[in-house]
Amino acid sequence: MGKQKQKADLLPGTLDMLVLKTLTRGHLHGYAIAQLIQQLSEDVLSIEEGSLYPALQRLELNGWIDGEWGVSANNRRARFYTLTPEGRKQLNVERERYRQFTGAIARVMGTV
Amino acid sequence: MNATFERLRRRLRYWLHQSERQRLMQEEMQLHLEAMAVDLIAGGMPEQEARAAARRKFGNLMLKSEESRETWIARWMSDAAQDLRYTLRTLRRDTGFSILTILIIALGIGASSTVFSVLNTLLVRPLPFKDAQKLVWIANKTKEEGDLSGQTLQVSLFLDLRKHNKSFLDIAAYFAFYGVGDTVLTGNGESERLSNVPVSQNFFPLLGVQPQIGRYFSPEECKWNGPKAVMLSHGLWERRFGSDPNIAGKPITLDGQAVTVAGVLPASFDFGSVFAPGSHIDLFSPFPLSAETDRWGNTLALVGRLKPGISLQRAQAEASVLGVQITKAHPKKNGIDPKIVSLSQHVAGKLRLPLIILACAVGVVMLIVCANLSNLLLARTAARQQEMAVREAVGAGRYRLIRQLLTESLVVTGCGAILGAALAILATRGITHLTAFNVPLLSSVRVDTGALGFTLLVAVITGVLIGLAPALQVAIRPLTASLVQRGSSETRGQTSVRGVLVISEIAFACVLLVCAGLLIRSFLHVLDVNMGFQPETAASLRIDPDRRFSTQPQQNAYFDEALRRVRTMRGVEAAGLADGLPLGHNRSWGSPAKGQVYTPDNYPVSFVRVVSDGYIKAMGMSLREGRDFTERDTPKSKQVIIINEALARRLWPRQNPIGQIIQGDCGGDRQVVGVVGDVRHIALEQGSGSEMYIPIRQCQDWGTLDLVVRSRLPIAVLASSLDAQLRPIAPDLPKGGLRPLTDLVDRAVSPRRFIVMLLGGFAGFALVLASLGIYGVISYSVGRRTQEIGVRMALGASTGTVQRHIVTQTLALAAAGMAAGIVVALGLARWLSGMLFGVSYGDPLTFLGTAAVLLAVALFAGYLPARRASRIDPIVALRVT
Repeated sequence: MGKQKQKADLLPGTLDMLVLKTLTRGHLHGYAIAQLIQQLSEDVLSIEEGSLYPALQRLELNGWIDGEWGVSANNRRARFYTLTPEGRKQLNVERERYRQFTGAIARVMGTV
Repeated sequence: MNATFERLRRRLRYWLHQSERQRLMQEEMQLHLEAMAVDLIAGGMPEQEARAAARRKFGNLMLKSEESRETWIARWMSDAAQDLRYTLRTLRRDTGFSILTILIIALGIGASSTVFSVLNTLLVRPLPFKDAQKLVWIANKTKEEGDLSGQTLQVSLFLDLRKHNKSFLDIAAYFAFYGVGDTVLTGNGESERLSNVPVSQNFFPLLGVQPQIGRYFSPEECKWNGPKAVMLSHGLWERRFGSDPNIAGKPITLDGQAVTVAGVLPASFDFGSVFAPGSHIDLFSPFPLSAETDRWGNTLALVGRLKPGISLQRAQAEASVLGVQITKAHPKKNGIDPKIVSLSQHVAGKLRLPLIILACAVGVVMLIVCANLSNLLLARTAARQQEMAVREAVGAGRYRLIRQLLTESLVVTGCGAILGAALAILATRGITHLTAFNVPLLSSVRVDTGALGFTLLVAVITGVLIGLAPALQVAIRPLTASLVQRGSSETRGQTSVRGVLVISEIAFACVLLVCAGLLIRSFLHVLDVNMGFQPETAASLRIDPDRRFSTQPQQNAYFDEALRRVRTMRGVEAAGLADGLPLGHNRSWGSPAKGQVYTPDNYPVSFVRVVSDGYIKAMGMSLREGRDFTERDTPKSKQVIIINEALARRLWPRQNPIGQIIQGDCGGDRQVVGVVGDVRHIALEQGSGSEMYIPIRQCQDWGTLDLVVRSRLPIAVLASSLDAQLRPIAPDLPKGGLRPLTDLVDRAVSPRRFIVMLLGGFAGFALVLASLGIYGVISYSVGRRTQEIGVRMALGASTGTVQRHIVTQTLALAAAGMAAGIVVALGLARWLSGMLFGVSYGDPLTFLGTAAVLLAVALFAGYLPARRASRIDPIVALRVT
């Protein structure tokens, strides 16, 4: 399934962080999460939307998000995800790690 | 930690609602796709194009959903679960087949686990003592196996050996001539005969057996005429003393005397099972190592503990040298020539060969089981060729198919193993209760973790082995061919594989049958041996006189009265007394002819029995010359003796022994008044040695007293009337002591019977499996060739021709298997020689018999399908295409 990579390849592990971050805005369904990531990144980050679902399962298994079936804005059944307190903590952890990571890369790139 | 637990909890919840969650996930993704499409359409894209674009952007839905599921359940797990579900469905569809295979495996695994448990207990597991591998058995060297007097040691010589050696931490001893049921316990309920073994003070400390309650014997108690003390076995303590925790130090009454209980031994200590298989010991008393006991002659059986770092060989070398020195230092005593073996070898040594043979036999049975099931499964895979092809066509990987087949065979063997383990547990339970069997340590045989591990291992190996052939079939066959071809089909290669499997089954069964046949023939020969006495319609009862009758006249009066009372009973043909019965304990004394000079190597020694008149007749022995004893052979009359033919030949070859004189141990010179036939005193398999009989009224050197009665009365009737007759003169007579003499023989042949039973069972099982194998292959080939047979019959073949054809095919298989089996059996049977009696390992009768049995079974197994074939209606057969 190597076709149609993201426009900008996501750094490994960042999808989880992005999902957690978008969920800080309240409870959202899968489609909304994908839309939001794309919009916020000003269309730079475009994920293969199907990959969202294994990620959501992973987060749910770890207890960082909760899923609940509900009705969407246009009156359709959808599953809404919310951030749990553990998820919020995890977001901080991942943000910190991301900061260190990008900082390190920036330093390397700056010295050249 | 907590997070891990939470994850596990969520996982479990997912597993429980797996299919529901899976469905919801799909729905969610579907909704996502639709929302994408709707947005694109709203942006002005045509609907079809929009949907395609959405799907492109989303990626492979199936794959993502699989991936999502894998978050919760590892791939291999869900695959395995699927295989398992499928397997169970297949097995349920084919209930008969599944039950048959599971049963076959269960029997095979049950048998091998049982044999493993026995083997483990007798040969592998250390004896139940501290540091048991350091323990050795020290016996005197003797020419005659089983001659107890020759193997034991005199007290003073033992003390010397113990003092001067440098190889042993210590050497302990027990009194080898203890009598079973010698001691009478009174008070606290009915009087009861108990078995007491006198032991040296250091016996229990040496073995590392700690009393559960109380203490070891004190040095004071181990002196001649010291304070009386005993240690109780755990069983007696529970049974007679209600597990009284304060028993230590209390007196109990034994043989009318107060004796202090020093302690109680732990339940784990079972003297009988190690030192005297098949017997039960209740008590232990201290054996004084004093000048008095020294005069008793050879009495001690020795157990030693090697010092750390000292090998058996070194200890033996030193002991041999010491033996010569000690013998020189005591020229008047019996001499010592120690022979040292490890205690475990002493205990299980004689059983090593039979047990290894049993283990091999059970291994062969397992091989047959595998061959048989492999065969059955092969037949099924052939029938399932199409199913496999379909599954492959819709995308199942070949690897997955093979795994499916292996899962199936592992599930079947798994079920079989569980059932087999249950069978093994039942069987070992049964074995521990075979108290009548003269086999050591049987009571401690159990299915332990080792045995369960072994069962598991066997199950897995079996599962893989039987699944391998069908799996390989799948691996190498182009399955698509099966899709094209309608109907079940079998390649030539597969047919030959199955033929080879059946032939090897028959060969293995043949080997087992030959071995079992040889052993059964030996067993029959042993039973057929002329023992020198007739155990049928005779019974024995312990009637030791009351301790109050201590003088010889008192005792002789008791003998007279007892014999008179018994002989007046209706239905009693003969009655006599003896100090011991054949095939039990024995002792031997010197028996030189008066006036002869012998070298030490040549000095005649004979088994001795102290008996009354009537004993010879009651035992059914034959009086060859002279007369029996009479009640007039008393201390005041001439000292007489009866000898057996072997001793007569030995002392006075080609002369008339009657009237000759033997210099005996008890009462000096004795005149031979009679010659009797030889009696097998040690074992049925072992020829008789020199034997002599001394009249009980002339010799007080006897320990116990058995009454032998010959009568055709039923044993229960005899027991109650004997009890009524003897109770007035022997009030302490315990109830239920009357034993038929056939018990003696049964006990003596019990180890042999044990092996014969097991091996015979295995051979029978193998035979059934082999015949199933033949039947399976032939009936399968008949089914496959229905059309061909139909054509033949349409063209004029008679039912006879068709039957003959198929029976010939069967016989060809059987003949090939038998040929291979007989060649192998001829090679292997040599190993059995040590266990054979009266037959040679190449015994033609056994081989011919085996061949006949196998042929008959093969004919029968082949005849059923042949008959079915001959009833094929050509029209029906040809129409079915």
